[in-house]
Amino acid sequence: MKARIMVVAGAAVLAVAGCATGLSDGERQARAEKILKEGFSKGNQAMAARVVQQDEAQALCSKYARALPKDVVAKIEQSQQATIKYPADGKLMGDWKEGEKIAQDGWGLRFTDTGQPDRKNGGNCYACHQLAPQELSYGTLGPSLYQFGKSRGYTDEVRKYVYGKIYNAEAFSACTSMPRFGHSGILTEQQVKDVVALLMDPNSPVNK
Amino acid sequence: MRTNRPRAAFPGVAIAAAFLAWTPLPGNAQDRTAEEIEKYRRALAEGNPAELWEVRGEALWVAKRGPNNVSLEKCDLGLGAGVVKGAYAELPRYFADTDKVQDAESRLVSCMVTLQGFKEEDAKKNPFSAPGRHSDLEALTSYVASESKGMKMNAPIRHAKEIEAFELGEYLFYRRAGPHDFACSTCHADTGKRIRLQELPQLTNPKEAQQVFTTWPAYRVSQGSVRTMQHRLYDCYWQMRHPQLDYASDTATALMVFLAKYANGGEVNAPALKR
Repeated sequence: MKARIMVVAGAAVLAVAGCATGLSDGERQARAEKILKEGFSKGNQAMAARVVQQDEAQALCSKYARALPKDVVAKIEQSQQATIKYPADGKLMGDWKEGEKIAQDGWGLRFTDTGQPDRKNGGNCYACHQLAPQELSYGTLGPSLYQFGKSRGYTDEVRKYVYGKIYNAEAFSACTSMPRFGHSGILTEQQVKDVVALLMDPNSPVNK
Repeated sequence: MRTNRPRAAFPGVAIAAAFLAWTPLPGNAQDRTAEEIEKYRRALAEGNPAELWEVRGEALWVAKRGPNNVSLEKCDLGLGAGVVKGAYAELPRYFADTDKVQDAESRLVSCMVTLQGFKEEDAKKNPFSAPGRHSDLEALTSYVASESKGMKMNAPIRHAKEIEAFELGEYLFYRRAGPHDFACSTCHADTGKRIRLQELPQLTNPKEAQQVFTTWPAYRVSQGSVRTMQHRLYDCYWQMRHPQLDYASDTATALMVFLAKYANGGEVNAPALKR
C-alpha cells in the first residue's frame, strides 16, 4: 500500500515538473503506442509485431519503471517462475568452453543478423558482466561474475539457481535489465547449460 | 565562423576528457584503454573529417535543386525563413505550417518537399550514407548544426504539441519490448555504467545529456562517416533488437524532445568526433 501511494505521489511531482498537457495516462499510452507502431512502418514487420505487442511483464515493467510496487514485483516473479523449463535429462551443466564463446558473442536478433540460418544467437554476457579475468573488455550494467561458482559453492542448489536465472532472470528479480535468455528463445537449452558451466565448472577460467 | 572551427574543436576534447576522467573505470587495464582512446580522439579532433560534410552541406544549401530548381536558402528552420545561425540549438520545435514538432532532419525534409518540390519519399530515401554513397541529409544536417556552434541548446517545450512530444518521448524512453526486454532506460537511466568499454550516458542527468546531445551530428571513426541524431536513435533501436526506425518519424522526434529537456543549457559543439 505504501509503495502505491509513493507511485501516485511520484507521478504528481512529475506531472508538475514535466508541464503536463492534460493527457490522461490512457491517452498518453494510446498516442505513444500509435506513433511507435507507425515509426516501424518500413522495418521488418515480424520484428515490429514482437515489439509493438508487449507481454505482461514488459508492460508492467514499463508502467512502473521508476517505482515498482511490491505487489507487482510478487506478481511478476510468480508468473515468470512458472515459465522456467529445467532440462528433462536433469543435467544443468554443459561445456564451459562453449559457454565462453556464447558469452563473447553478441550476434543475433538484430535486423541485420540475417542470412545465416544455422548460426545460433550469442548471449553477449561480457557486454554487461565481468566473467573470465583474461577478458578486460567487459561491461558494468550487471554485477561482476568473476569467481561465481568458487565463492558460492559448486552445489546442485546453486547450479539450479544459475540455470533458472539465465533462463528467466525476472523470476528472481522482477524488471531486471537482464534478458530472459531461455524464456524469450534467445539461447537454446544446450546454450544455457554451457553458460551455467562457464559460471559453475571448477575448471572454468571464471573460477580460477 | 570558419576561422572559429579549429578552435571550437578543443572545448569538445576537454569535455570528453573530463567525462572520461569522472567515469569510474575499475582496474588499470580499463584506465589505460580509455586513455589510449582519448589520445586517439585528441589526435583526430584537430582535423575532424566532419568539416568535409559541413562544406558539402553548405554547398547543397545554396544549390538550386529539385523539380522546382531552387535552393534551401528560404527554408525556415524555426528562426525565420533562411536563418541558419542558431537554429539547430533551438530544435526540435513546433512548426505551424506542418502542425508538427520537428527536429533539424525532419525539417530539412519538409523544406526539400515544399521549396524544392521533391516527393517526400525521394527526399527521405537516402538518410544515411554507405561506402561509396553520400547522404545529402547528413551533409545538410552537419552544416546546419555547425552554424550553432558555441550556442546554448534551448529547444522549446512550451507549445502544447511540444509538451505532448516530451510526454510521449518519456513514455517511449521507459518502454520495454522485444526479445531482450530492452528499453532506452536499460542502458541510459543510470550513471557510470558501461557496455564492454563504452561508457553509457545517463540521459536524464543534465550534465551527461548535454555532453551527448550537443555533440551530434558527429564523425564516427568506427563508421567512417558523419552520423546524425536520427541515425543514433536508429542504431540504438538496432542494438535493442527493435526494427528499423523510420527516418524522421514521430517516435524519433518525441524521443529527441525528451532528451532535449535534459540537454537544454549545454553548448552545441557539433559536428563532433566520436568512436
